[in-house]
Amino acid sequence: MIKKDIKNLLQNTGVAPRRSRLQESWRILKGNSLAFVGLIIFALFFCTALAGLILTSGTKPVFDPAMVRLQEKLLPPLSSPNLETLRPEEIPKLGVYLFGTDDLGRDVFARMLQGAWVSLTVGFVAVGIAVLIGIFMGGISGYFGQSHIRVDQILAAFVLLLGGGLLAVGAIFSGSALLLIGSAYIFFSRWLKKGLGKQPPPKWMKVFFAGVISIDTLIMRLVDIMLCFPSFFLILTVVALLPASMYNIMIVIGLTSWMGATRFVRAEFLSLREQDFVTAARALGVSNWRIIFRHMIPNAIAPVLVSATIGIATAILTEAGLSFLGFGVPPPHATWGNILSDGKRFIFDAPWLTFVPGFAILLVVLSFNLFGEGLRDILNPKLKERY
Amino acid sequence: MLSFIGRSIIQKIITLFFVSVVSFLIIHLAPGKPSQVDPLNPKFTPEMVERFRKEFHLDKPLYIQYIYFYRDLLTGKTVSWKDNQSVLKKIWERFLNSLPLFIVGTILTWTLSFPIGIRSAIFRGGLYDRSSTFFSYLLISIPGFFFAYILIIFVVTRFHVPVIGMETFGLGASSWTHMVMDRIWHLLLPSVLGATGGIAILSRYVRSQMLEVESQDYVRTARAKGVPEEQVLYKHALRNALLPFVTMFGLILPGLIGGSVIIESIFSWPGMGRMAYEAILARDYPIILTVNFISAVLVLAGTFVSDVLYMVVDPRIRL
Amino acid sequence: MDNILLSVQDLKFYFIGNERVARALDGVSYEVSKGETVCLVGESGCGKTVSALTILRIIPQPPGKIMGGKVLFNGQNLLDLSEEEMQKIRGNHIAMVFQEPMTSLNPVFTVEDQIQEAIMVHEMVDEKSVRERCIQLLKDVGIPSPEERLKDYPHQLSGGQRQRVMIAMALACDPDLVIADEPTTALDVTIQAQILNLFQELKQKRQMSLLYITHDLGVVANIADRIYVMYAGIIVEQGDTSNIFHNPCHPYTQGLLKSLPGRAKRGSKLHSIPGTVPDPAHKPGSCPFHPRCDFAIQACGTEFPRVCDYGEGHLSRCPVLYENKVPKVN
Repeated sequence: MIKKDIKNLLQNTGVAPRRSRLQESWRILKGNSLAFVGLIIFALFFCTALAGLILTSGTKPVFDPAMVRLQEKLLPPLSSPNLETLRPEEIPKLGVYLFGTDDLGRDVFARMLQGAWVSLTVGFVAVGIAVLIGIFMGGISGYFGQSHIRVDQILAAFVLLLGGGLLAVGAIFSGSALLLIGSAYIFFSRWLKKGLGKQPPPKWMKVFFAGVISIDTLIMRLVDIMLCFPSFFLILTVVALLPASMYNIMIVIGLTSWMGATRFVRAEFLSLREQDFVTAARALGVSNWRIIFRHMIPNAIAPVLVSATIGIATAILTEAGLSFLGFGVPPPHATWGNILSDGKRFIFDAPWLTFVPGFAILLVVLSFNLFGEGLRDILNPKLKERY
Repeated sequence: MLSFIGRSIIQKIITLFFVSVVSFLIIHLAPGKPSQVDPLNPKFTPEMVERFRKEFHLDKPLYIQYIYFYRDLLTGKTVSWKDNQSVLKKIWERFLNSLPLFIVGTILTWTLSFPIGIRSAIFRGGLYDRSSTFFSYLLISIPGFFFAYILIIFVVTRFHVPVIGMETFGLGASSWTHMVMDRIWHLLLPSVLGATGGIAILSRYVRSQMLEVESQDYVRTARAKGVPEEQVLYKHALRNALLPFVTMFGLILPGLIGGSVIIESIFSWPGMGRMAYEAILARDYPIILTVNFISAVLVLAGTFVSDVLYMVVDPRIRL
Repeated sequence: MDNILLSVQDLKFYFIGNERVARALDGVSYEVSKGETVCLVGESGCGKTVSALTILRIIPQPPGKIMGGKVLFNGQNLLDLSEEEMQKIRGNHIAMVFQEPMTSLNPVFTVEDQIQEAIMVHEMVDEKSVRERCIQLLKDVGIPSPEERLKDYPHQLSGGQRQRVMIAMALACDPDLVIADEPTTALDVTIQAQILNLFQELKQKRQMSLLYITHDLGVVANIADRIYVMYAGIIVEQGDTSNIFHNPCHPYTQGLLKSLPGRAKRGSKLHSIPGTVPDPAHKPGSCPFHPRCDFAIQACGTEFPRVCDYGEGHLSRCPVLYENKVPKVN
């Protein structure tokens, strides 16, 4: 027999060098130059927004976005301030108006800084709300979707809702009575379950325990209902009816855009549920919640992340549109949308009031879209390790 | 097939009912009141407010209001609170104004995005593909109102044509051709703007569908049979790639009533979007709810049409 | 040498990526004579399918690239032909049957459309005779009531029937050579046997050659006249079926044969070759099998193995075994 020469065999074994998942993702990202640019712009935007928040807030901000200098109005970008007519604290800190001034002589650069934070938070918070609702609803409908809701549960929910409604309207007595009945029933049914044990419930109660509609159907119908509303119109309506504030806008955008995430998570959960590693986990006696959080959500998150990144872009656009129509964050606070909206009256005299915020929005939205697409490639296992 | 249609119609009616309830609740439970019944409004005396409340049934409980409202809507008797005109008549007028925008926009979207998408899929990785990819991202990302102003500045300074409104004011008795050209100029910008996003998204989608199909085994089979390359692409691949788009025909329907609020208000175009916007500002509940209801009907009808179309085109789906 | 129909000579095919080059075929040579059944055997990922697709030139380029070699078909180098000339060869002279009958038929066209197309792209025939030919083809491949099946869509057929339709499509223009790329892998065992028998039968009836690609040595034993064993983009051993089966002269072939379940003793553990197929982008420049080989010596890791001739066309790329005069298969 011929002896193996171990040392020699260690070289050139024909096995590809191992690369960690992070390295691999980085490699794909670098290969996709558009997505890489997107990531860089996104990082810059993030830093700018954070700096903007620090530099423009407080009682004595470095850049005061609300400082009115009427004698300096509508100056083009990069023009220097007239030092003689300005009081010392009115002189912009940079020495020049980097992006010019608006019709009230306010520094557009300072206003853009302030607006960056609004765009960032609106984008992230709104999408955060949407994604959380989406994962919750989609997870429940994908994992527990097959179980049915019983008549008694619907009745109890109805009684509770009615009670709450009556309380809210002002019928304190009947409202609280209904609330009490409802919660008493829920308490009672838990106790009943324990007490009855394995015994089948009596015949007359069977009607109440009959399943009516599966949870999955219920949630998917809810999604259908939400999809029936024209989304921008709905957001506009609700924002117009509610008092103007940044938080309302975030919440409303979030509450009207969770349907996509729900569908993605549900679809992923439905397919993951059938996979062997979940069955194996269940066979080992792992609890439902642990399976969901440890095994399924990490696997289902990829498409949600992609749609969330692109969702942030959409949310920023929506907020800008609302601001443009005058429904955005209330006036003294600057947002990119309302800078543009204020500037539209001077579109021929002071085009920078339109172009500076316009390009800023375009750049940020573009970066999110590009990065989202790049993320799709990174998370797509099909593209990994090919040639 | 019939049972599928029956089932889905029943399902859609139930969905519609819930949509009507939800939209009604959103409108009526939101804080604030229509200006006519706002006690803080100095224009109206308390007696007038009381009369309005009676007339609009605002003094009744919510569920009665709901029944009254949808009874009126379904019998076509709903009137606007602002000027007591029939809501359906108002919507119809505005709809006719929005229709040309919609038609031109849809034609542009569907005729441009397919060639663009197919071409960039065939020459993937090439200059054409990369530039069309970049431009579609640009068009998806650009805020509509910003793009509108860029186009307005460009057209006004370059061609010296006014583009705001549906026609130039005071053109009066000029020649017939002049009138038509004027109309076309006014129509062009808003419809192009309305179509840009659609073109960008749809052409990307066409491209990815085409790429997906091109890597399928049956395309390889066709090549192995000796089928010429064009026939492989335009018969075997395209036919499969187009399947999902047939369903999108149904999804055009909701666009009929959508109309872009932003674009119509920039161009002072008296269309549906502007009407809805004004109605929201005035808290003209009947108009808001009616627009909402009609658009929900169109969405549901659209999904229904696309389901049926899918069954017609795809031999694999038979019910 | 007139008898040779297809001769692949030193074919090199690489996939060129941004950072790495995968050497899918590293100088592969084989021949198919007229009326002969040749089997190409190897593990998945060793370049079998790529070599078949390269013959027909239906492999996407880029990322793939032919780096050298010749594909002579009736003395004509297919790699020199223009795309139009190549289209006349495909389906007409060389036809192919693919692995996955489920996905290889276009779902939106009927069986008739697809078989008809295979005929119409190469021949001018009127509609009626095309239809008759389609029916005849379906009869030949053993599909019951062919008139009715013609109107069916692929999803209405079973897996075995779809593969029969694929075969009918391949036979539509009476090709000289049929390349079958693992045609039975996706099918049930009973249907596998039926399809194999069908190939045998058709080959005898039609005087065609068959290049059969598979990883299943059991299949090979039944149908092959000659066998080429591939490993990591090269041919490691070639010879007549009986030579390969009774006197394997390459450690890889020996390992493959030992791992056949039928040969193992009842109750004993099945043999398996340790390790995995090398990554085509990080293949050693020497013998690609040496990291997994029991007989490897130092030279195996440094030199590319030469071809050793055992006579009767039995060649092997393992000089170690040649010089030590072949140990027995236990």
